[in-house]
Amino acid sequence: MARSGETPGQIIAREEEPKDVSLPPPKAPPTSPVLAVDWVRQHLFSSVPNTLLTLLCFWLLWETVPPLIDWALIGAVWSGGDPQLCRDADGACWAFITEKHRFILFGLYPFDEQWRPRLAMALFVGTLLVSSYPPFWRPWLGLLWVAVFTSCGILMWGGVFGLTPVDNTRWGGVPLTLILAVVGLVCAFPLSILLALGRRSDLPAIRMVCVGFIELIRGVPLISVLFMASVMFPLFLPEGVTIDKLLRAQVGIILFTAAYLAEAVRGGLQSIPRGQFEAADAMGLSYWKKTLLIILPQALKVAIPPIVNQFISMFKDTSLVIIIGLFDLLTTAKTALADPPWRAFYIESYLFAAMIYWAFCFFMSRYSQYLERRLETGHKRS
Amino acid sequence: MQQSLGQPAKRSAWWNDARVRGVLSQVFVLGGIGLLVWYLVSNTLANLETRSIATGFGFLEREAGFAVSESPIPYSAADTYYRVLVVGILNTLKVSIVGIALATLFGTLAGVARLSSNWLVAKFATIYVEGLRNIPILLQLFFWYTVITQTLPGPRQAFNPMPGVFLSNRGLQYAEPVWDPTYGLMAGALAVGIIGAWALGRWAHKRQERTGRLFPTFRVGAALILGLPVLAYVLGGAPTELDVPALKGFNFRGGGTVTPEFAALLVGLVLYTGTYIAEIVRGGILSVSHGQTEAGLALGLSRGLVMRLILLPQALRVIIPPLTSQYLNLTKNSSLAVAIGFPDLVSVANTSINQTGQAVEGIAIIMAVYLTVSLSISAFMNWYNRKIALQGVR
Repeated sequence: MARSGETPGQIIAREEEPKDVSLPPPKAPPTSPVLAVDWVRQHLFSSVPNTLLTLLCFWLLWETVPPLIDWALIGAVWSGGDPQLCRDADGACWAFITEKHRFILFGLYPFDEQWRPRLAMALFVGTLLVSSYPPFWRPWLGLLWVAVFTSCGILMWGGVFGLTPVDNTRWGGVPLTLILAVVGLVCAFPLSILLALGRRSDLPAIRMVCVGFIELIRGVPLISVLFMASVMFPLFLPEGVTIDKLLRAQVGIILFTAAYLAEAVRGGLQSIPRGQFEAADAMGLSYWKKTLLIILPQALKVAIPPIVNQFISMFKDTSLVIIIGLFDLLTTAKTALADPPWRAFYIESYLFAAMIYWAFCFFMSRYSQYLERRLETGHKRS
Repeated sequence: MQQSLGQPAKRSAWWNDARVRGVLSQVFVLGGIGLLVWYLVSNTLANLETRSIATGFGFLEREAGFAVSESPIPYSAADTYYRVLVVGILNTLKVSIVGIALATLFGTLAGVARLSSNWLVAKFATIYVEGLRNIPILLQLFFWYTVITQTLPGPRQAFNPMPGVFLSNRGLQYAEPVWDPTYGLMAGALAVGIIGAWALGRWAHKRQERTGRLFPTFRVGAALILGLPVLAYVLGGAPTELDVPALKGFNFRGGGTVTPEFAALLVGLVLYTGTYIAEIVRGGILSVSHGQTEAGLALGLSRGLVMRLILLPQALRVIIPPLTSQYLNLTKNSSLAVAIGFPDLVSVANTSINQTGQAVEGIAIIMAVYLTVSLSISAFMNWYNRKIALQGVR
């Protein structure tokens, strides 16, 4: 109340002032658009062009929604392994999905053993959910991941504990997509940190090597990297040594992702104010201590949302392995259509695969927005 | 390092000197990379020798021996690998350029629509953006390709929405004007019109700065750009001969064609990249504070002028850098053409690799071309970005 330097008399004089001003009579409070009519008027019919647009939208809805419901729900065939039933019906053939969903989800994995990829996937997704909650970001989470990776590997490959061995050429569907994406991220991440640090290094040779790698990979499409992995890797290796197709694709994806992640990490590094580097130097910390204890913990926090975004786009990009002949989710959805009696039901097949991709990506993009809000601690340099 | 007064500093060991360490670590890294490269190259050479695969770019001179489904330049299976690769590059450029133009248009519309005060329009745009950007582009390409080839009727039952236009599962066939020198004249007139309008704009701007008088630049410029070609067309005798597609056997002959592969690729790329551009445009517009609009209106500017003179220049500064990377993404994603059989660079290079076995050279060509295209697009967009950036700040 009382400002410093004012005598009590002055304060009283100031507070008495408004008495001389005649206040306007109070107005009725503004009507808030709580009523449905007000809301409709404000949001749909506020002007002539707006009204026209609204009518156009209503017409579009009228043209698309009823036929869509007819197709997807009313006229649809839900079960029964007979494609003829579907061909006679007007609507969607969800029977195709009931018939083929095991193949689309798990690919060529032996039918009787498919509880194994199912369990592995449940473990995997469960751990992903657990690790999406920031307070759980503790050392035990790393151990949990090691355990989950090991048990997923045992489940998928088999060969121990009385599980029938399954060669990784028979892996497919959602587990393969998840493996390619998550292993890609986990392996690319350390590499990307090294690349980002190298790009900001004072040593010209190291900087040039890192910039060259990052810009080369970012300048070419993923397909060309995958082609390189599939046709050139066998040439690179000494005679007699072969590596399987899955590993080659995985290496290609790791190298590709590392270049993009490196840019996300570099963004984080650049957001650290200079003073942090100088303070660490003044403390006499060595380069690696400075980087590991001071810079990276702050930089990675800033870089997490872009890293999640990168993970989303990598998750979608794993679908490109269809071109080098791996059975990921998209390939199985496409291959399920090769069965002649079911060939006509491509919309159902692609829609099914698209919904799985969509659910994963939508969840992750919402998650990245949540993280961005949560990690925002006001240290951003503006 | 502690150093007391009066005593000479104790020299630390040479391996603790930062400069020596820097040089040493660089030597180690370079040496390691050099060893790795040497190992890979020697392996590759040995492997190539045992498989008796030739090296070098000599294969470019040989006959390719495979046909491509569409080509902007005349090409036959008897032509060389060099020519088929050029065909691939041209096809890649064609779909990228058309795709970038359409995706910009479509994405801007969707981005503005998401900010619309009309609730329904905003929801439609949101469903489009959130729906399509979370589905892999390759899946969308397969979907569109299958829709086009399976739902459209065969050439004999083709839709014929207007004379000379046929829509079937062989693509869109349309009547094309037969070449006439008048069209060359029209192209020249168009160029003159564009240069004239540009010069007029500059002159009008200078005059406005000097005297304050406005000049109807837009109307006169549009009249120049549209009017001159029309004038040329009339002066050239108004040729009307058309090459109309006609059903011969199982397919159409004559006229121009949009193939199903090209259409599916274009639709997929435009819809997918459009979602990203929509978000960029929306972010750009939201980044300009509302006070700017109100200040513009308070100055008495019309809504159109506020948009053009106040909002757009500020929003563009935010929009251009991420837009550049979307253009690059679209260009790189056009390489997915190989999955639906559009003969782009990756597709023809892949066929060439399979035929000759010269994987190293083929992939080097693909990478070199994409790097060149990427660098050119970034160079152009960086130039544009500098042009619209705040002057004198930095």
